[in-house]
Amino acid sequence: MKKVLSSDTIRLLIPALSLTVLLISVFYLQPRAMSYVGLNLLFNLAVPIALATIAQMLIMTVNDLDLSMGTFVSFVACVAATFLEATPVIGVLVLAAAIATYAALGVLIHVRNLPSIVVTLGMSFVWGGLAVLILPAPGGEAPGWVRAVMISRPPFVPMAIIACVIIAVVSHFVIMRSSFGVILRGVGGNARSVERAGWSILGARATTYALAAFFAILAGISLVGLTTSADANIALRYTLLSIAGVILGGGEFTGGRVSPVGAVIGALTLTLAGSFLSFLRISPDWQIGAQGAILIVVLGLRLLLNRLENRGKRS
Amino acid sequence: MTAIPLRHAVIEVADAKVSFGAVKALDGVTLRILPGECVGLVGHNGAGKSTIVNVINGGLSPHQGTIACAGEPMHRYGIAAARANGVRCVFQELSLCPNLTVIENTRVMHRTLTGWGWRRRATCIIGGKLDEIFPGHGIDPTGVVSDLSIAQRQMVEIATAFSQVAQPVKLVILDEPTSSLDATLATQLLDYVRSFVEAGGSVIFISHILSEILSTSDRIVVMKDGKVVSERPADEFDEHSLVAAMGSVVKRRDQEKRITDTAGLTPLLAQPSRRGKGLPFAAFPGEIIGLAGLGGHGQTDTLIDLYLARTGSWLRRRDAEVAFVAGDRALNGVFPLWSILKNLTIADLAGLCRRGLVSENAEADLGQAWKQRIEIRTQDVGNPILSLSGGNQQKVLFARALATPAPAVLMDDPMRGVDIGTKQEVYAILRAEADKGRTFVWYSTEMDEVCLCDRVYVFNNGVIVAELKGDAVTEKNVLAASFMGAAA
Repeated sequence: MKKVLSSDTIRLLIPALSLTVLLISVFYLQPRAMSYVGLNLLFNLAVPIALATIAQMLIMTVNDLDLSMGTFVSFVACVAATFLEATPVIGVLVLAAAIATYAALGVLIHVRNLPSIVVTLGMSFVWGGLAVLILPAPGGEAPGWVRAVMISRPPFVPMAIIACVIIAVVSHFVIMRSSFGVILRGVGGNARSVERAGWSILGARATTYALAAFFAILAGISLVGLTTSADANIALRYTLLSIAGVILGGGEFTGGRVSPVGAVIGALTLTLAGSFLSFLRISPDWQIGAQGAILIVVLGLRLLLNRLENRGKRS
Repeated sequence: MTAIPLRHAVIEVADAKVSFGAVKALDGVTLRILPGECVGLVGHNGAGKSTIVNVINGGLSPHQGTIACAGEPMHRYGIAAARANGVRCVFQELSLCPNLTVIENTRVMHRTLTGWGWRRRATCIIGGKLDEIFPGHGIDPTGVVSDLSIAQRQMVEIATAFSQVAQPVKLVILDEPTSSLDATLATQLLDYVRSFVEAGGSVIFISHILSEILSTSDRIVVMKDGKVVSERPADEFDEHSLVAAMGSVVKRRDQEKRITDTAGLTPLLAQPSRRGKGLPFAAFPGEIIGLAGLGGHGQTDTLIDLYLARTGSWLRRRDAEVAFVAGDRALNGVFPLWSILKNLTIADLAGLCRRGLVSENAEADLGQAWKQRIEIRTQDVGNPILSLSGGNQQKVLFARALATPAPAVLMDDPMRGVDIGTKQEVYAILRAEADKGRTFVWYSTEMDEVCLCDRVYVFNNGVIVAELKGDAVTEKNVLAASFMGAAA
């Protein structure tokens, strides 16, 4: 009965292929990147982006979108570089409050039936303002243990790769394999039938938002671990990067169709695309445009495959 | 399977009343389901079958009346309480999560499937139940639901409802379960229903295929207009007496029907028979044509095809041939943020344009004219559309279509949830416009409205199965055509 390739496999195939193609091109352009240090440098910054992408993917699982991801990660980075370093207890309390706020946002969005885009866009100014209040000028210092984890050099495989694999495995287990993750994805797929089965959609939304905040907080902390100090605008790009990462990785905006492994691969692809363009010596003025072009090519490929798949199903 | 003494009903709904606005969906329904019986529930569209189902499964609280489970009155009856009492439901519209696999959908339906190894347990439960009900089903439990066919999804849903995880399954409600199953699968399901009932379970069985109801049920409950009109053992009914019980005493009609001699005339709208089966469709000037039959049997598709065949061009034609009145006001009817006037004039902006700009004076004149003509109850047509009641919003949508010069108006069950007074006003407007030569194609789920039409096409399974003209348009004939067609 089993088909050769399930639709989920095809969904993962494109991001995996595009990552491989990019990696090979980078190695071809710059053979020295094919080393422990080289790989670590290439993928270092992918760790926080992958975490933020997982956070965004959680929100997209329940058919919402978080436009405050970038400012929230910046806010967390500022908290991590100040409170978490100087007074860890207060730092943890602040971060716990941030998770509670996200859960409350989920409740608000559900109860008042508000568009998540509007609510999170509004919240992005709140997080941005709080970040500026905490760190008016770039500065602060990463907590020692975070720094130690992020620059650690495990044998054979660089830290960045190990971290990405762990993120992918853990989130795959939580979202795709656990019985709890099934409910979250069910809400995205057909909220009414989940409700008819006696589940609280409100609870599921609040949990999803809280979990997303948790991953976003990990993103902020790991980012500070890499940069050693923080700035209120440190992660503004993350909002769009995280959305692009989810879509690149085979996720969809609606319908609860997401893939944690794909999302991590998507984040890696996006990071690598930047390095690839630098190695090509494309002027920074053109890099953003070129990155967009890469995105369009990959997504175009996916549309093409989807269409082929649908045609195969119909015939 | 039944821990409760046999004398108590599994569930007992007493004198339940539910109304949506002006519409009484349930008007004092009393229903007792005993352990070990299969109750057939029949009735035409809007008879209240789905509403009573929603009351029993806890999705809807009756505004009045009591619910008792196993003899104990339930004060806070909801979805959780219903499931705890072993009530399961297979809904008419498919309600699986398409992005999840079959076993994951089983998990959604069964709260207690959790912890380590839940996938293995779920696979056993759903796979075993599928094998039991539909031997040789060929469904892979690890497959994603969106890859399954409609019939396979329906089978999964039925198997999920019957599978027992923690609480015993006492009552399963099957709402049109066979509509997407072929004959073999339907027989397998009906056989399983009988064995389930003989083992002491209860089933509420809703179907428009009367032969299934008659062969499977122990008792048949007939509903009409939110009331139970007949309740007897199944062997006291046959197909004709069931159809008769669903209808009512034929009322005198105060309006004269027009029987136009259509031979030799060119139809204004025409469509060959759908999917190569059934009768072709034709509409002549000045006729009111009804599309009848059970809901969702192709009437809306016909209307949309008729509309798109004449407007589906990228370039807007200056003189539209057809106008459309949408049925679902909130979904595709009103522009909720706009004023009444803007909502009214949107369909005919081309006619109000002067040198490429909309003339505000012409727009206001049109608004005033229609406000008086159809009596929209508002001080000022500049008010937001949502300030109007549902019935008045619907009148604005009618005016939107009637204000265009289009000679034909297509209506997709536009009177849902409209009070009777407004309906009468709209009926009069329709008749007056038809006398002026306009054609109306009217899909309605309400028998009274169908009976107002000059000519009626009855649909079944996507094709036109009967055409009724003039005095032949009666409730009895329409019911017979829509149910007998299904049985054939």
